Amino acid sequence: MATVVDSSDPKSNFPIQYRELNYLNCSSGWKSWFFTLDHKRIGIMYLIGVTCSFFLGGLFAVLLRTELLSPKQLLMGPDTYNQMFTLHGAIMTFLVIIPGVPAAIGNIILPVMLGAKDVAFPRMNLGSFFLWLFGAAFFLAAIALGGLDTGWTFYTPYSVTTNTAVITALLGVFILGFSSIFTGLNFIVTIHTMRPPGMTWFKMPLFLWALYATALIQILATPVLGITGLLLVVERAFHIGIFDPALGGDPVLFQHFFWFYSHPAVYVMILPAMGVVSEVIAVHSRKHIFGYRFIAYSSIAIAMFGFLVWGHHMFVSGQSRVVAVIFSAITFSVSIPSAIKVFNWLTTMYKGSIRFTTAMCYGLAFIFIFSIGGLTGLFLATLATDVHLHDTYFVVAHFHYVMMGSSLVGLFAAVHHWWPKITGKMFNENWGRIACLGVFLGFNLTFFPQFLLGTRGMPRRYYTYLDQFQGLHVMSSCGAYLLGLSSALMAATLIYSIYRGKKAPANPWGGASLEWMCSSPPPHNNFDHPPLAGDPYVMESVVYNEEIGGYVPVECQGDNKQTVTASGDNEA
Amino acid sequence: MKLFIPNMLANADAGFWFPEQSSTVAEHSDSVYFFILYVCTFFFVLIVSLMVLFMVKYRHRPGVEATKTSTHNLTLELSWSVIPTLLTIVMFWVGFTGYIDMRTPPSDSYEINVIAKKWVWAFQYPNGWIESELHIPKDENVTLTMSSDDVIHSLWVPAFRTKMDVVPGRYTQEWFKATRAGEFPLMCAEYCGQKHSMMVTKVVVHETRGDFDKWLQQASDIHKNKTPVEAGEYFYKTRGCVQCHSLDGVPKNGPSFKGLFGKEEKLADGSTVKVDANYLRESILEPQAQVVLGFKPIMPTFKGQLTDQDISALIAFIKAQK
Repeated sequence: MATVVDSSDPKSNFPIQYRELNYLNCSSGWKSWFFTLDHKRIGIMYLIGVTCSFFLGGLFAVLLRTELLSPKQLLMGPDTYNQMFTLHGAIMTFLVIIPGVPAAIGNIILPVMLGAKDVAFPRMNLGSFFLWLFGAAFFLAAIALGGLDTGWTFYTPYSVTTNTAVITALLGVFILGFSSIFTGLNFIVTIHTMRPPGMTWFKMPLFLWALYATALIQILATPVLGITGLLLVVERAFHIGIFDPALGGDPVLFQHFFWFYSHPAVYVMILPAMGVVSEVIAVHSRKHIFGYRFIAYSSIAIAMFGFLVWGHHMFVSGQSRVVAVIFSAITFSVSIPSAIKVFNWLTTMYKGSIRFTTAMCYGLAFIFIFSIGGLTGLFLATLATDVHLHDTYFVVAHFHYVMMGSSLVGLFAAVHHWWPKITGKMFNENWGRIACLGVFLGFNLTFFPQFLLGTRGMPRRYYTYLDQFQGLHVMSSCGAYLLGLSSALMAATLIYSIYRGKKAPANPWGGASLEWMCSSPPPHNNFDHPPLAGDPYVMESVVYNEEIGGYVPVECQGDNKQTVTASGDNEA
Repeated sequence: MKLFIPNMLANADAGFWFPEQSSTVAEHSDSVYFFILYVCTFFFVLIVSLMVLFMVKYRHRPGVEATKTSTHNLTLELSWSVIPTLLTIVMFWVGFTGYIDMRTPPSDSYEINVIAKKWVWAFQYPNGWIESELHIPKDENVTLTMSSDDVIHSLWVPAFRTKMDVVPGRYTQEWFKATRAGEFPLMCAEYCGQKHSMMVTKVVVHETRGDFDKWLQQASDIHKNKTPVEAGEYFYKTRGCVQCHSLDGVPKNGPSFKGLFGKEEKLADGSTVKVDANYLRESILEPQAQVVLGFKPIMPTFKGQLTDQDISALIAFIKAQK
């Protein structure tokens, strides 16, 4: 691929200077995209793939909620319903939320934030995208080959006995696992080896800390999922007797294997979103992040504790009482670093200058939703209450608050925050905020009633239900429609901006981390020279420039001699 | 919103959060729930009010920049780490003590065996009688010893606040002491396939042990005052046949019973069989032996759960469906 940046100009890093060429237009044709080694283009392809999967999974959700408007059959029979909730869960988990922030946004932003030209292994990066595509194709094949009705958890012995496309879907999961491992490995090596001069570990933006912690989980936990999937394939194909009690196997063993991956995977979903929120809250409040080290350490702590709590999915599975008690105790440990982050974000807003941009609105929605998601986790970690709540709509509500409400709202915040950087276009903030309000209201209307459904006795994965639950189900379905429409509005607003949006300045929000120091969209090689990194949260290092309609480094504003790095230390 | 509120509160048997407490462990479970709820509500209100306060007070005004404040404060950060830690230790402890009670069946329990299968419950009483509804006496410890014939199920009585998975290949136990007479929903909470959501039955709590014993005696006497067809109909309705075999000629998961007796049926292996008493008996005891073409081999066996007399009654009932 041709190098397009004129590296002879030493000032080419400066945002004032708009270059004609950027990574989007430096070459064209489908091959220049499909075989690109540019992390930004790979990230864009991920983003498109994730978005399509999101709307497919969302369509399933809307159909499910429509069926649940009444205890009677409205749209589909129980077989179709069971396949649809399985595919909704599997697609949203494996194709949307797990790769959403790390693979799509992380790929685009991580190297730019590091002031690097690319990730450490660009070819492996492209490979991880092809694996994602390949895995997604297996999922689509599974739908075509008679669906999948096991639930996304594939619990044995049901998954061994059902005659749906379990093997096809599991091979898809296996391949997606490799995609996830490749991304994680790439990020770890990139962060270790490619930080620019001046960027010590504790001068690294918190989004990178979050991606680093995420990557650790990805490479340590995902292999277990791969092995579990293969064991299940072998069990189905050859009836070995690993999980099937009829052959001397143990179905609970499968649950241990499965959750050993899938619980840490929850943190693969939420940690990057937390990283995004740390950036968004600081930048749009124009404040230095509060308690930087506590937030950084809490990411690592969450990643570590996340490995020790998988048994809390199995309090009523027949595992021993002692094991249940130990897992309950450890589970509470995860709540502490999560709480620390929330308090830190709030304190960051204190005495700030808060702009209610769309990204910030999603950031605030995240704090609201994540607080509910996190706090309701306490009911499930507590043994006596979990026995009643396990496998009910309370759990459905809780994990949607964490996985959809927090991880996806985090993704939405990230997309809006970095959209000008990625596309070089500003979107319409008013439409963005309206969509955000719709997502927020729709989401809460969908899932809050489900807490009540759960405590009152509505089990999850039910195609029909007792009449007394209908009112709450109707509320929930109305929320789902609002949520679906708002998501479509969000997508429409963003897509419209690509064609009609104003040209974006290099630094529209006033961020101080390195990705705002190159032009929007970045040139093919991001930076001609490794930029000098300072404290990424000193918002005073950039000032608003009326002419450009964006922020510029202080030293570019004429007589002010202060430099980015010199103003870096403002520890009180 | 207003539309739904009357509906939400219409169920007189239920409180706002939970069905009315009907077992001895329910009170503890609920009080732990409300303790956590109050703590969480406090923190949630604190977080959201601070957020809203900051949103209003520190919203961007033209010409006003953010005020530089301290970027960390060890005392503050330690306090918001340590206080939640202490609170979670309390939560763990109260949850732990309640759980140990729930998971320790008392030694003086009345024991009932449970067999779960797709998609029906079979409760076997000490005298051997099997029923698809659970009947228990009030104020007496009842222990369920549960196993599954096929996949994992989970027995849940929301009014009792107890739940336990029923796992094939092992026995699990669940116990409760009902504190209110009446009927309560009992359901399967672990996804088990097509009719998972229809695996719902009820617990009937009898006022006294005498009432319960009288019920059990009458129930297990099913053949006494009934013709074989009536008794067969009873088994048809209570043992799960009704889930898959209709009486109106429309096939469900299995062939309809209407006009079935005496019919020539094509089998999955290509041969044919005449549906007579021998074939029906075999299909009840060894359902997979000769599966009719066009149906999945999913019927569970009833071996050991129906006596010869019960099977004869069922055959008489099927024969009567002309």
